[in-house]
Amino acid sequence: MSEIVLKGIPAAPGIAYGPTFILDKGEFIVPKRSISTLEVDSEIARFEESVNNARREIHILKDKIALDLGPGHAQIFDAHLLVLQDMTLINAVTTGIREGNLSAEYVFFVTIRKFVEAFTKMPDEYLRERAADVNDISKRVLKHLMDESKLHDLDSLQDDLIIVAHDLSPSDAVSMYNKKIKGFLTDIGGRTSHTAILAKSLGVPAVVGLKDATLRISNQDDVIIDGLKGLVIIDPSPSTKELYIKEQNKITASLEKLDDLKDLPTQSLDGKTLAIMANLELSSEIPSVRKYGAEGVGLYRTEFLYMNRMDLPSEEEQYLAYSDVARAVSPFGVTIRTLDIGGDKFISSVQIPKDMTPFLGNRAIRFCLDRPDIFKTQIRAILRASVHGKIQMMYPMISGIGELRQANAILEQVKGSLKDEKIAFDEKMKVGIMIEVPAAVMTSEVLARETDFFSIGTNDLIQYTLAVDRVNEKTAHLYEPSHPAVLKMIQKTIDAGHNEGIPVAICGEMASDPMLAFLLFGMGIDEFSMSAASILAVKRMIRSVKLQDAQRMAYEALQLVTGQEVEEFVGGRLRSLLPG
Amino acid sequence: MMVMDKIEKDLVVVNKKGMHARPAAIFVSLVEKFGVNVTLAKGEEVINGKSIMGILMLGAVEGTVLKVTVDGERALDAMSEFEKFFNKQEEELVS
Repeated sequence: MSEIVLKGIPAAPGIAYGPTFILDKGEFIVPKRSISTLEVDSEIARFEESVNNARREIHILKDKIALDLGPGHAQIFDAHLLVLQDMTLINAVTTGIREGNLSAEYVFFVTIRKFVEAFTKMPDEYLRERAADVNDISKRVLKHLMDESKLHDLDSLQDDLIIVAHDLSPSDAVSMYNKKIKGFLTDIGGRTSHTAILAKSLGVPAVVGLKDATLRISNQDDVIIDGLKGLVIIDPSPSTKELYIKEQNKITASLEKLDDLKDLPTQSLDGKTLAIMANLELSSEIPSVRKYGAEGVGLYRTEFLYMNRMDLPSEEEQYLAYSDVARAVSPFGVTIRTLDIGGDKFISSVQIPKDMTPFLGNRAIRFCLDRPDIFKTQIRAILRASVHGKIQMMYPMISGIGELRQANAILEQVKGSLKDEKIAFDEKMKVGIMIEVPAAVMTSEVLARETDFFSIGTNDLIQYTLAVDRVNEKTAHLYEPSHPAVLKMIQKTIDAGHNEGIPVAICGEMASDPMLAFLLFGMGIDEFSMSAASILAVKRMIRSVKLQDAQRMAYEALQLVTGQEVEEFVGGRLRSLLPG
Repeated sequence: MMVMDKIEKDLVVVNKKGMHARPAAIFVSLVEKFGVNVTLAKGEEVINGKSIMGILMLGAVEGTVLKVTVDGERALDAMSEFEKFFNKQEEELVS
């Protein structure tokens, strides 16, 4: 067997080697489980019982639909029932259990999958759609074969796996924290997709935009991920494996060296100190915030409190979550971003109609101003938590002074009622805004007068400035942080903030690349916030350069006319300054 | 003992939507009603007429020619029912 190399978009650096697990959206996660020869008969009996239970359910459903809608509508269930007594299917599964010594659910899952794949490839649209019927039937049986609570639970996976998926949603991401995952591969997505953010915060490599990885890679394939080059090697040869093991050892050694920097200040050679903080999604990530020596949390993405549930989080629940984080990062501070949903993040408890262009639609602050009930609850919780540590709050996606004033008016209302109720909060809590819309950049002089700080969200700012959908792999190559237009946007924001005497932070993925961070440092950024795993490499950069040199370099870089020129120039300068 | 009949005929799928789930289900129930052994062949591919998955996997769209082989006591009756079945549109099958 010769190795196959797939090329995608590098989303998180590092090297990983291991078996794959295909994660299908909407389908079941069925782990490969071996059984002993003694268990074969009982496993087959379990399979038959599950099929019978599923048939019983379908009968009930069929009768109900025949009664409600007429017998014509119920006929499709005859087909479902026939599938479940189809000897081709049943024999394939029982033979598979017996000969492979594998669990009923796994053999059934794999067998059904083959049928579904065959249907999906059929040229006729009508027949192609039978895949949906078969999927429906298979879910019914799997539900009986597996403990329902474990159906979407990655805990049931035994090994450290490389997850292969079409795409990962933010809610998938939530369920994968604290799991033993070695790396991620996805068909779609760009450098700032959720997969990239998730992988970076877990410190594992990811390659996205592979187009058809889920078709070309099978479950339990051995693959190598090269997260820096964006390569995936399926069934690598022994010599390739050896090469990568060496490379990995080198990376581990340099990471260990970085670890020495953990407790040292982020200070340039000419004495400029600044804070490098972590981006945080869940309180379960706090240990890694500490592990990488983050000086606080510069972006706490609160939407994850709202995801994967049918109701909204109560004020009390939010208050506890925010207080916990504030206490955990003390003596450093935490900047809590108010709810940022819409775009590519959705929550079940609130129905938001799908916009044609979701990133331009009802999202973030727009949604919150439209739903003051939800917004006020969150602000109340943040204010109440502010007595337990150093808390700042910021609004996402502000596009002009009108929105900022509206949001602040709601804030004042909430403060007023807390005072009336004699509930304590930090009256001096700083309130800032995210700068991620070009309109906010262009009016940043005005915005700076009415806010306490700016935090530049580069992921969205780049997307909106360059008109590039950041989750579309077809336009991923146009997503260019070093584009002169992006740099000018950032410079304008920094200058506007500094003219009014307010700090300007950066919290997008752009800051986690030491080369771009070098440029941002020279441009005058006061605070960096990034995935925790990237912090030490950026700290090493800051400790190896002089602010003076960075400033001079940044001035020259901003005269260049293409992103590529910028990268070559800044990269060259940095290499000449960095040790080893 | 009766003489076993084995008949073979080429039948064309007339239904516009092809042999998808519902017609396939109806066909399987016809096979079972007559208690015959049936195979359907599309080129090299031969499947058991009692297997709905087999029928679906044939991917028999409108205009597909299937070689239908019927074996059993009531093979003749069954074959004439099958011919009727193949000549109908889906709406006519829904009884």
